[in-house]
Amino acid sequence: MSSTGTGIQPPPRVIEAARSPLMASAFAGRTKVLPILELALLIAASIAPLVLRDYITVYATRVLILCLFALSFDLVWGYAGILSLGQSLFFGMAGYGVALLSRDFGVGSIFAVLPAGTLIGFVAALLLAGFLLLGRHPSSVVFVSLGTMTGAYAADRLARGSHYLGGQNGIPSIQPMTIGSHELSEGPGFYYLVLAILVLIYLLSRFLLRSQFGLALAGLRENEQRIAFLGYKVQHLKAIIFAISGAIAGTAGSLYAFHEGFVWTNMLGVVMSTQVVLYVLFGGSGTLIGAVIGTAIVEGLSFWLSDNYRDIWPIILGVLLLLVILFRPLGLISLVLGERERVGHFGPSLKEKRNAAP
Amino acid sequence: MPLLEAAGISKVFGKLTALDGAALTVGEREFHGLIGPNGSGKSTLMKCLAGALVPTRGKVTFINTDVTSLTPSERARAGMSLKFQITAVLPTLTLYDNILLALQARSSLLELAFSRTRGRLHEEVMTMLLQFRLADRAFDAAATLSHGQQQWLEIAMALACRPRLLLLDEPTGGMSLEERRVTGELLQPVKQHCSIVIVEHDLDFIRDICDRLTVLDQGKVLASGTVAEIQANRSVQEIYLRRA
Repeated sequence: MSSTGTGIQPPPRVIEAARSPLMASAFAGRTKVLPILELALLIAASIAPLVLRDYITVYATRVLILCLFALSFDLVWGYAGILSLGQSLFFGMAGYGVALLSRDFGVGSIFAVLPAGTLIGFVAALLLAGFLLLGRHPSSVVFVSLGTMTGAYAADRLARGSHYLGGQNGIPSIQPMTIGSHELSEGPGFYYLVLAILVLIYLLSRFLLRSQFGLALAGLRENEQRIAFLGYKVQHLKAIIFAISGAIAGTAGSLYAFHEGFVWTNMLGVVMSTQVVLYVLFGGSGTLIGAVIGTAIVEGLSFWLSDNYRDIWPIILGVLLLLVILFRPLGLISLVLGERERVGHFGPSLKEKRNAAP
Repeated sequence: MPLLEAAGISKVFGKLTALDGAALTVGEREFHGLIGPNGSGKSTLMKCLAGALVPTRGKVTFINTDVTSLTPSERARAGMSLKFQITAVLPTLTLYDNILLALQARSSLLELAFSRTRGRLHEEVMTMLLQFRLADRAFDAAATLSHGQQQWLEIAMALACRPRLLLLDEPTGGMSLEERRVTGELLQPVKQHCSIVIVEHDLDFIRDICDRLTVLDQGKVLASGTVAEIQANRSVQEIYLRRA
């Protein structure tokens, strides 16, 4: 090869070769399963309330909120490789936060409570990240997972003991959320609101993860030390994605509080945290749609099983989860999605390449 | 003024003294070989230079700045780049994305989030891959490469950060003779803009590519000088004879 250094001024024949048909063909001609899957699910979710009975729509709303929560865990674990076992901390803190806003200040407007819940999740995650992730040396997975789990456990205990927070019983009978003068109670209206928020956050996450920021996260997940030696500010990256994920968990938590009409200590604790881990492992971490599918299937199965096998349904569900994790460690999504599409490409699209070529 | 100056570097692990006052000076556009028997402290010195380890005593100066206590990321931003001894490419990402990742290491978070640099870097990525004879594999996962090719990809990534100083820890480890020869060829053009420190067991490779050598033995510098001077040095011959 000629002496081109790092290639700041490549000779013409190199550029010629870079534009060869080989390179173009590497982008084109791949069947894309992911967009089809996403669209199909969106259509199914949009028509669901029209065909489902009302009490199932209410249940489905709860599932959509949990999907949002699962998305937040997938961002940190599936994309950045941070094992947060205290994700419920941000979910629950936001839930309690908006419940207090409603109880003590009578604030119920969606334009106040959703931003407030999101902010609570964001700030709480940022503070925790400051303790667990920032520091001269990269913190180990075990340290971070135990640290976050301890946080969730401690919050659960504190809430149980606090008279102000309602102790064991939590905060009951929260007033409904309002949009202007309209009160939003459970049912199709609430369902479509949650669906719209889920789709919006899904698309924003998708944009972020497919950008070069997503490439940096992929590097972080695969080999944190390597990308630190390239010059990436690894701790900043981690803190930012952790805080974003906390914010999403906060949005989900505040929606959950208003949808259920009450908050209780389980929302903060380890049970909720491990549940979200199961959703994401079941569906397939490292794909956004995997988190959504995992949540929907686990919750749907529990609903159906508990109806039909009243006594032994948790055992059946447990065995199913084990089977998936044993035989499909990448989750159900790996049945339809190849490795390449799951990990993705971060190079320019064909359109961008055409623009880049002089 | 030399590009890199490490003076009086000591590193103690518990009771083991891995380095005992070692020193190293590297000039602009100089290829400097670091040799010595197993356990002489070559890799430890390399890690102290790159920031993977903080020396117990001593000072590392890089482009007139004291970098002794900077993190690896900060050193990388100052213009130092390390190729690991164990290959550390990002296995599930494509070769293309491996290079792209390295090229954008100093971009701001906003630039990354809005992918401002992606389209612009396409030709640079392809040029680097061509230069390292990897272009036809550009869209395969890095894990599918042979060991030698992974080493080249790593060197390419290290160079993509446009370093002033490249630290290569055993670049030809596990390579065939032919691959070694090609590696030497691939490194030659780097001399136009970059210095290299190489730790390497293959003395023929070192002799062919390096301008100066430093020989370590038991954590101390035994000798330092041009390749010819080192070859004529009696005590160096002794430690290598002792091993043989």
